[in-house]
Parts: sequence; C-alpha cells; structure tokens
Amino acid sequence: MATDDTLLDVRGLTKVFGDRTAVDQVTFELPRGRSLAIVGESGSGKSTLAKMIVGLEAPTSGTIWACGADRSAPATGSRERRVRGRQVQIVFQDPYSSLDRRQTGAQALDEVLRLHHDYGADYRRTRIAELARLVGLDDRQMSVRPKALSGGQRQRIAIARALAAEPRIIILDESVAALDVSIQAQVLNVLMDIRDATGVAYVLISHDLAVVRQISDDIVVMQDGRIVERGTTEQVLDDPQEAYTQLLRASVPEPGWTPSRRQKRSTT
Amino acid sequence: MTTTMPAPAEAAPAVEPMARSSRSWLRRLGPLGIACAVILGIAVVLAIIGPYLPGLDPESTDLPNAWVGPFQLPGSPLGFDAQGRDLLSRLIFGARTAIVGPLIVLIIAMSLGVTIGMIAAWRRGWLDSFLNFGLDILFGFPGILLAIVAAAVFGGGLWAAAIALSVAYLPFIARVVRNAAAKEGAMEYVAALRVQGVSAWRISVRHILPNISPIIVAQGTILFGYALVDLVAISFLGLGVQPPAADWGVMVNENLIGVLQGYPLPALAAGLVIVTVVVAVNVLGERLLDISEGRR
Repeated sequence: MATDDTLLDVRGLTKVFGDRTAVDQVTFELPRGRSLAIVGESGSGKSTLAKMIVGLEAPTSGTIWACGADRSAPATGSRERRVRGRQVQIVFQDPYSSLDRRQTGAQALDEVLRLHHDYGADYRRTRIAELARLVGLDDRQMSVRPKALSGGQRQRIAIARALAAEPRIIILDESVAALDVSIQAQVLNVLMDIRDATGVAYVLISHDLAVVRQISDDIVVMQDGRIVERGTTEQVLDDPQEAYTQLLRASVPEPGWTPSRRQKRSTT
Repeated sequence: MTTTMPAPAEAAPAVEPMARSSRSWLRRLGPLGIACAVILGIAVVLAIIGPYLPGLDPESTDLPNAWVGPFQLPGSPLGFDAQGRDLLSRLIFGARTAIVGPLIVLIIAMSLGVTIGMIAAWRRGWLDSFLNFGLDILFGFPGILLAIVAAAVFGGGLWAAAIALSVAYLPFIARVVRNAAAKEGAMEYVAALRVQGVSAWRISVRHILPNISPIIVAQGTILFGYALVDLVAISFLGLGVQPPAADWGVMVNENLIGVLQGYPLPALAAGLVIVTVVVAVNVLGERLLDISEGRR
C-alpha cells in the first residue's frame, strides 16, 4: 500500500454527518519532499478532511496511512496518540484561540517537548530557544502570555508548538488566513525556511490561491466533498480544466488588476 | 538553519508585566466589592476564632435578664435575648454554623458538580444527554423542599440539611461548568493539544479547568449565599440546627415573640446579620462573575 516514498496516503476517505456527505471518496497521496494544497470554498469539506487526517474526526469509511502507519481508526491508548502526534501536526486558523491564554509560549513548547521527548530541563530550554529562533520570535516574546502578542506572533508560537513534536507532516488549516497580508507574507517565509531547515512536508488547506502558489508543489481542488481536479500547482492554476477551478481562479485579482467596470460607471 | 531570521516588523502591543494583574483585580472589584469581601472576611474570622474569644457565653440562661436591653448590664453591649442569654455572644457563636453549613454544601456540590460538568463537556454524546436529563429533574425540585424532606426522613440537624441542599445545588454547578468547559474545549488550542497526544485528563485538569476557574469561583460564591439563606430558613423552621445552639436562624425563631412584646432587637439583630452577610456574599459573587466574564 504505502510505499517508502509516500508520506501520506489517503484512499476512499468519506465522512457522513447525518444525511450530509462532507467528504466523499477522497483519494490522494503526498510523496516525500513535496507539499500539497487542498483548495476549495468554505463547505467543500477540506477542513473535515484535515480533521480526519489528524484524528479529530473518525472517518465513516476509507483509509489514512501516514509515515507508513495506519491511522484510519481512532488511536487506542495514550502511547499511540503520542506516536501519531509525532507523525502529523496541525496549525489552525484562529490565532486568538490557538494558544492557552494562561501559558507563555515557552511553557506551551515545554509541555509538548516533555510529552514527546526524554529531554532534560537544560536541553528543553535549548530546544525552546531553537524553535523560537526558527519561527522568528525572541526570548521576551516567548516569556509573555498570548494576550501581549499580536496575531502573527501567536501563530508563530502555534507553528513552533507543532514543530516541537518533530512531525514529518504539518497540516496548515487556513493557518495564515486570519493574518494581515504583510504579516501573512512574513509567516509564509518562516514556513518555507522551516521546510528547508527540517524537511517537513506541508498539507496546505486554503482558499487563497496566492498562498497556495507560494507554498505548494501539487494541488487538489475540492467541491462538495469531492476532488474535482488535481495536478501540479502551475498546471492547475495556470490552465484550469474544470469549470469550478476556472471560477476559483477568475475570482482572484491579479497584479495590475484595476476595478475598471466601476470606474467606467462613475465617469458616465 | 543558520541564517538569523529578520526581526519581525509587525507592530506588537507593548509587553505588559504580569505583576499588574493582582492590583487590577482589587480595582475591578470596586469599593462595594471590597466592602463585601471585608464583611465576608469578618464573618469567616469570627466563625474560626469566635468561640475562643474571652468573656463570651452564649449558652447560660438567666431568666431575670430576659429582654434586658443594650448597655444595661456590664459586659453585654447588645443586651439579652428571650431566655436571658447574652445576645452578642450568641451572634458571634452563630457565625460558625452560618459559615460551616454553606461550606459543607459548597464542598459537596462543587466537587461533584465540577466533576460531572467536566465529564459531560468532554464526552458529549449519550452521557451528556443522560446527565442533562438527570439535572433537569433536579432543577425542577426546589432545594429547600428537598432539604425539608431530608430533615423529615433522616431527622433534623445541620448535616442532613446540608447534604440535601448539596444535592439540590449540584445541577446548577454541573451545568455552569459543563457549558463553560464545552466553550473552552471548542477552542483550537484544545484541538492542538489533542493532536499532540495530550490525554483528555491532562487537558481537562491542566488547561480547561484553570481557564474556567474564575467562573466556578464566582458561581460558588453566589451559591454560598443561597445556601446560607436556605440553611438559616431550615433552622428557623426547627429542622436544621437545633436549639439551644447559637444559630442565626434559630435565634430569629426564638426571639420572634419579642417583636410583638416590644423587644424587637434580638430577633432583628440576628435577621440583620443574616441579611448583611448574604447580601455581601451575593454582591461579591456577582462582581466576580462579571469580572470572570470580562464585563468589568
């Protein structure tokens, strides 16, 4: 089934809520060393897909293999939960609820390091400093509570917390969508530097095609729980075959885009 | 990665020192809130040290002294009650049952209510529905009625009444905790911890519970006031603390006749003490609730 070159292997994955099928027979692979984007509008099932991959929702049917291990069924026991935590991590969208407001960044990272690794207190401190540098935060920012941090800084801590488990795959579930454009660009740069430094693979869940183009090698397009188009990022974004993808594509303003119709109307 | 990251240029709010939080707590409580806390504090201190204070004698009756008013006899600034017992001594001794009774209610109702609420919030599903059903039944049952029934079945006394009230108050605590914990549990950091592999127990105890503790403390304070009133009422009815013990509810009952006979002070003094402490506790509880929900 999953070859050595396949980091994440999802087959026939389906999730039914009552009489609604949120995810319908989704199949894709994430080869080692590549990043995959899952795009689609809200309600297309991409977040449910992410929740199933990390184990927050149990699939109705289908299989998920990550790092050569089957995770289609819920984890039994705390040991297996931790093992899975070291395979796939996730960074969520909302920077304001993504951190425990009573924990400083350093405490949040320390909790994860203690959970997964047998490091001594000194080495944990060193690791926390390394992770902080990796996401571009200084000691002071790591030692205050989230209240004193901006959205972008909080999201950096959430990324560092995911990295602390040393996962092979990180799912970015609209992780930069709530940030201002300039801060979004900074966090995206951080994410790409991290990929170069650690070799972690990203599964990017997004509706923002500009972000997708920057991060991902491959792309799958979801609509109503199904994959309607797939291919490399350039291929799909530059030459979309499906009407739905063309529509998504057309709704993104290009550089040099001017709101011409409105201007015309105002002059007449 | 060896290259140093360029310093993020995002406009970060100034980092606030953590030490300011305790001071702003007092400020947010306001003068009224602080006054209420002081009143409750005095009652608690008297409940602890009252019986050891020198010169107090709440028990010995001296009928010729019955209804003797304030400052008529040396060592008795508030005078005597219907049976010639020193009123001030009885009020001070009464603080003990007035505080201990609600405390028993609080400890039992809180420990069970918080546990049930946390489990219901975490497990959801049929367990949540089952608990809600059970709590709905208890909700429909007035606490004081349950306590009176318990006193009738198991005999009077503080413990029977307190345990019955604990059961009656359990649903309020459980539901408040359940809703607060469910709201907290829906936050993304909880999902992130679950993905990390942190156990449900640890997430509940180390993350959710501390974050909802201000609401629990506030609800507990309000409940304390209710329990105090209910227990005093039960004692007044003769089903709680039994005479001749010094208890504020018992004292109102014993001295009620004085109101008609022109000696209202003993009954009114006990009533006034009850009202003062209960109002103080309730105002304090409401303040704490406002603070915990960010309204102050």
